Amino acid sequence: MASSFSRILSSKQRIGILSLVGGSVTAGYLLQREHVSAGLPVRRSYPASAEYPDLRKHNNCMASHLTPAIYAKLCDKATPNGYTLDMAIQTGVDNPGHPFIKTVGMVAGDEESYEVFSDLLDPVIRERHNGYDPHTMKHPTDLDASKIHSGNFDSRYVLSSRVRTGRSIRGLSLPPACTRAERREVERVVVDALAGLKDDLAGKYYSLTQMTDSDQQQLIDDHFLFDKPVSPLLTCAGMARDWPDARGIWHNNEKTFLVWVNEEDHTRVISMEKGGNMKRVFERFCKGLKEVERLIQERGWEFMWNEKLGYVLTCPSNLGTGLRAGVHVKLPLMSKDPRLNKILDNLRLQKRGTGGVDTAAVGGVFDISNLDRLGLSEVHLVQTVVDGVNYLIECEKRLEKGQDIKVPPPLKQFK
Amino acid sequence: MPFGNTHNNFKLNYKVEDEFPDLSKHNNHMAKLLTKEMYGKIRDKQTPSGFTVDDVIQTGVDNPGHPFIMTVGCVAGDEESYEVFKDLFDPVIADRHNGYKPTDKHKTDLNFENLKGGDDLDPNYVLSSRVRTGRSIKGFTLPPHNSRGERRGIEKLSVEALTSLDGEFKGKYYPLKSMTDAEQEQLINDHFLFDKPVSPLLTCAGMARDWPDGRGIMHNDNKTFLVWVNEEDHLRVISMQKGGNMREVFKRFCVGLQKIEEIFKKHNHGFMWNEHLGYILTCPSNLGTGLRGGVHVKLAKLSTHAKFDEILTRLRLQKRGTGGVDTASVGGVFDISNADRLGSSEVSQVQLVVDGVKLMVEMEKKLEKGEAIDSMIPAQK
Repeated sequence: MASSFSRILSSKQRIGILSLVGGSVTAGYLLQREHVSAGLPVRRSYPASAEYPDLRKHNNCMASHLTPAIYAKLCDKATPNGYTLDMAIQTGVDNPGHPFIKTVGMVAGDEESYEVFSDLLDPVIRERHNGYDPHTMKHPTDLDASKIHSGNFDSRYVLSSRVRTGRSIRGLSLPPACTRAERREVERVVVDALAGLKDDLAGKYYSLTQMTDSDQQQLIDDHFLFDKPVSPLLTCAGMARDWPDARGIWHNNEKTFLVWVNEEDHTRVISMEKGGNMKRVFERFCKGLKEVERLIQERGWEFMWNEKLGYVLTCPSNLGTGLRAGVHVKLPLMSKDPRLNKILDNLRLQKRGTGGVDTAAVGGVFDISNLDRLGLSEVHLVQTVVDGVNYLIECEKRLEKGQDIKVPPPLKQFK
Repeated sequence: MPFGNTHNNFKLNYKVEDEFPDLSKHNNHMAKLLTKEMYGKIRDKQTPSGFTVDDVIQTGVDNPGHPFIMTVGCVAGDEESYEVFKDLFDPVIADRHNGYKPTDKHKTDLNFENLKGGDDLDPNYVLSSRVRTGRSIKGFTLPPHNSRGERRGIEKLSVEALTSLDGEFKGKYYPLKSMTDAEQEQLINDHFLFDKPVSPLLTCAGMARDWPDGRGIMHNDNKTFLVWVNEEDHLRVISMQKGGNMREVFKRFCVGLQKIEEIFKKHNHGFMWNEHLGYILTCPSNLGTGLRGGVHVKLAKLSTHAKFDEILTRLRLQKRGTGGVDTASVGGVFDISNADRLGSSEVSQVQLVVDGVKLMVEMEKKLEKGEAIDSMIPAQK
């Protein structure tokens, strides 16, 4: 058992390394399942220049970096699964973006996309992740929650704490490209593993296709249920195909650990609780992730990870840790202070409304979370949030007493 | 999606039952007819341009449908789709088009002189008349599948053809992506401008990709002849005017289509057509004539009559609200048009509209006078 386990593992690790070195075909060859090597596309009746998208009115990272030369170089390539550049950029072509909000504008269809289309993805990653260069830099992974200090916030200010990330199952295509069979296999692998969780992590899976009305209502009341994506950023990338087939939600009995299956990523893993004990939330997060990883490895699977890009996910913005650690915090006085945005910037934090991304703050309550994802470890990012939120609470208290606050110096970037 | 489909070969590594979609909650023609066996048989096929059965059915998988409205649930990606996937399309076509058989032949008749009457619908009741159809250009793949290069090629050919028209057809082409605000405003006021599709029936089939690249509208100076380029089909051709002179509308329609076809043929890109399916279009529901001839007509009393729907069925007509498909009628004004597309000619379909609307207006007048209409109810056409 142990020897076959290590054999499976090492062949998949080998794939990981080979796909970095180059050779989408090589990567395909070594995967356990019988594979078809990437062929050239069957039909091309127009030259690349006739196919190059019109990006003049666009404002997203893909549009900023897709030159006609890069397009011509990559447009005939395909990953071993047959995913092409046109598929990867479709969402960015269809969604020109907003003058104030710069979206990424492209997705990966599989792990190999990041290698086969690296001429485009590398500059996109550099832009999105503050100059992180996958060629020269390494991403640190650290899920040792014991390193967090001062992670228990004043609950007069912090209403809730939450950490989320995503994980992809190596060997299966990502949501933009997966077939129904692959998506169902992701569901099988993940649900099987989650069924092995015990004690405070023991829980239950609710498949979207078979949910009862009362289960659905409960999940809505708990704010756990996710909807069919309506954002064109996701639908144009093909992530809502075949909905709700093979989608579902798992959560532990205590409702503090939650896994979404086959939404925007293979899995989204969420640890959360009311109140300010971010340290405990992160402890459960790390413990749960490690347990799930152990359980899938027992069955011969593993997460997509490599040392250049960390955890591989659908959207390039979520590479590295894929981690967003945040709190809902009451800062009514700070919310009116004109220095708030600068303070957040320097602390490497972002604010959102309490409805999540693209919502407004209500009653001075903000969602405050880390800005960065790649190039810094999970522990580092969570500590950044802890330190930052503690600082913001201090500021709020000072303003309450009529004292002045200081804008902190900007945090250093990568080591 | 355009270009090769090595992805399809990859899928074949999975068993049929693992790939077969869950259609248990679905109500569309495709879901009714696609069995696991059929899927297993055709899933390794591709058209020459790489369109596969999963591409054909994606829209039907993603849109389970409505208990009352039966959508088609599948599309063609190119001319060859209807042949390569005939195991699915033939039964869908039979189901949608009144039992049309694979051996049946479709009659095309665009000779407007064969239409009897149609110039005397009462304008007090018939507010406007309109005939539309679609045309696909041979040698290009269809909107669910075409690449940006192809779509631009279609636009270029179409613009050349359309801007070379003269006489009553002389007009101008407005590309969607370079329209001025003033032009856009005018086109909206004329009710000519088409929007980026929002219906998931179309978006899930990939027809809105790269919007608005390669899309545009041509209309003649008189604003009675209009062509949409690269919306749901390569071309949608519309002839329309206020009032009840359907004959004139149909004449302009036929003449305009024939002129356009001549120009495309000269470039060796005629229209997709064959003697079994008539004109080939993206949606199987539009095969044959692709023709919807209709009027906006005031039928306030008749529309509330218990037998209204039955009368329509017998006349082989259908009703819609004045906003088009899936809208409600406002102020007793209905959009009445032919229900059939395949198996009867353009002339005969417009004839049904002309005769049927004339009859219904008579019925409306009778009901206004408080008289009964039972003796006027027609037999099934």
